[in-house]
Amino acid sequence: MASQAATASSPVGTLGLGHPGLVEQVYALGRRAFFRVLRQPAQIIFPFIFPMLLFAVNAAGLDAATKLPGFPADDYRDFALAVPFMQGALFTAINAGTDLARDIETGFLNRLRLTPMHAPALLAGQLGGVILIGVIQAISYIAVGLAIGVDFKCGILGLPVLLALSILISFAFAAIGAFLALKFGTGEAVQGFFPLLFVLVFLSSSSLPRDLIATDWFRTVATYNPVSYLIEGIRSLIIIGWDPEALALGFGTAVALLAVALTAASLALRTRVGQG
Amino acid sequence: MKTPLNTLSAVEVHRRGIEVQGLVREFKEVTAVAGIDLQVAAGEIYGFLGPNGAGKSTTVLMLTTLLPPTSGRATVGGFDIAREGAKVRGVIGAALQEAALDPLLTGREHVQLQATLQGLPRADRKRRAAELLARVGLTEAADRRVGGYSGGMKRRLDLALALVHGPRILFLDEPTTGLDPQSRTALWEEVSRLARDEGMTVFLTTQYLEEADVLADRVGIIDRGKIVAEGTPAQLKAEVGRPSVEVVPVDPAQADQAHAALQQFGDCGRNGSGGNVTVSLPDGDAQLADVIRALDQADVKLASLNLHAPTLDDVFLAKTGRKLEGSGEPGSDSE
Repeated sequence: MASQAATASSPVGTLGLGHPGLVEQVYALGRRAFFRVLRQPAQIIFPFIFPMLLFAVNAAGLDAATKLPGFPADDYRDFALAVPFMQGALFTAINAGTDLARDIETGFLNRLRLTPMHAPALLAGQLGGVILIGVIQAISYIAVGLAIGVDFKCGILGLPVLLALSILISFAFAAIGAFLALKFGTGEAVQGFFPLLFVLVFLSSSSLPRDLIATDWFRTVATYNPVSYLIEGIRSLIIIGWDPEALALGFGTAVALLAVALTAASLALRTRVGQG
Repeated sequence: MKTPLNTLSAVEVHRRGIEVQGLVREFKEVTAVAGIDLQVAAGEIYGFLGPNGAGKSTTVLMLTTLLPPTSGRATVGGFDIAREGAKVRGVIGAALQEAALDPLLTGREHVQLQATLQGLPRADRKRRAAELLARVGLTEAADRRVGGYSGGMKRRLDLALALVHGPRILFLDEPTTGLDPQSRTALWEEVSRLARDEGMTVFLTTQYLEEADVLADRVGIIDRGKIVAEGTPAQLKAEVGRPSVEVVPVDPAQADQAHAALQQFGDCGRNGSGGNVTVSLPDGDAQLADVIRALDQADVKLASLNLHAPTLDDVFLAKTGRKLEGSGEPGSDSE
């Protein structure tokens, strides 16, 4: 090895080390997270295919629901397109959590801890990279919607708003995934929560508007389930246009969820870093 | 007068190695490190030798600030590991037991990420990455994903990452475990060079006797969380016995001649029925040439001559009553 030292080595103490800035660290870690996901095609393909598959099945099987009095859309596809955004966010949560858990399991987190890394940079970078993938997913869902003739009532100007809400939701769920990883420290634990999160989507207004859910307990659960308001915020842009109340509830719920999840993840990170 | 740790100049930090006093780490039901004291001088290679589960890795985790001690005190580079973690991390590099690498990143991406997080100026990162990858012989593999690297290549990359920011003190936790002999020798050469040419202090844990013997200026032997012996390899071996020479004459009838010729050196005895004669050498293997000359003058024709020197395994056996190899407790991960 020593004989292979073709270039002069930098003497210790002459490297001109500075204090790395938070933004630069976030960028470096985010870039890593982004490329990690890009290099695992399964992390991109399945989060796209699976929601689209469910969307196709639901759109075909539940089309008759549009004939219910008071159903807010003429075409069930318009109504159902909001759900893939939510399911995509769940995949984002699992990807973010699994990647972070792997860093803990392999000792990569310890490697990062030995650098002058700002703790928030780890969370921001990790989540930022995964969210970029979430953006790609959201754009692909919109593209599919446009391709199959979904009428986005919000118009072209509403699409960036839809994208922003989708990103916010992905961010919040990615933070939940990060919290699970930091709390439990294993990929298996993170993946174990996936069915629970998925049930939350089904126990929401994903298939029917809340006021048309006939079963009392289901309607009650859907009313208290924050996922309902996230879906309804996205859905309002597709089937209504500009609904201030739905948008306020959607953005408000997403921000609240993000705040809680980020706080929990930050505390879990502090505990994990503290305990070694 | 004692210098306050937080006012150390760069020169003083360079002069300081590692000082440990009464360091203890307890887990729920296990005391992994049971109060160790040691000192490592700046520029020294210190070998921390012991079986699996002895407490080596726990010690490294504490000294690198990744695990808080239960009690005791330690300074690394002059900085307290409990109160000045950031300053400790600034002067150390570490390659821990498992090469913590991302299989989806390339070797070059790893080094550049590490350089960014360590605060190297942007303009220097690519140059530093190329330099380190060349030094560890990974230039050709630099742009391949680490998932396809061999164990030896991962270890070498791990070492390069530990050196990115030019640390003064290097912690290597079982750096050659699982490596083939060629990779092991290459890594030994590089570690020796770092200490010799760059004055780097190296704290190296190992369960390989040969590694400690070849590399370390001084060795601490740890068993069940306690240091049971410490010194240079030569000192430790001298404590447990002297080297001896066993000669086997071609003609067993010459055993008496050989015995007579060798008596002048020290305790001499005959063993076996083949005329074997063994003599201990009070002044060590430096007397070997004299032994051969004496046998030649006595006209003894030799079938074989073997020098038996005490090993660190003999030291471990003498101190603990067990052989080092295979003495680790199966399944003990609490190091």
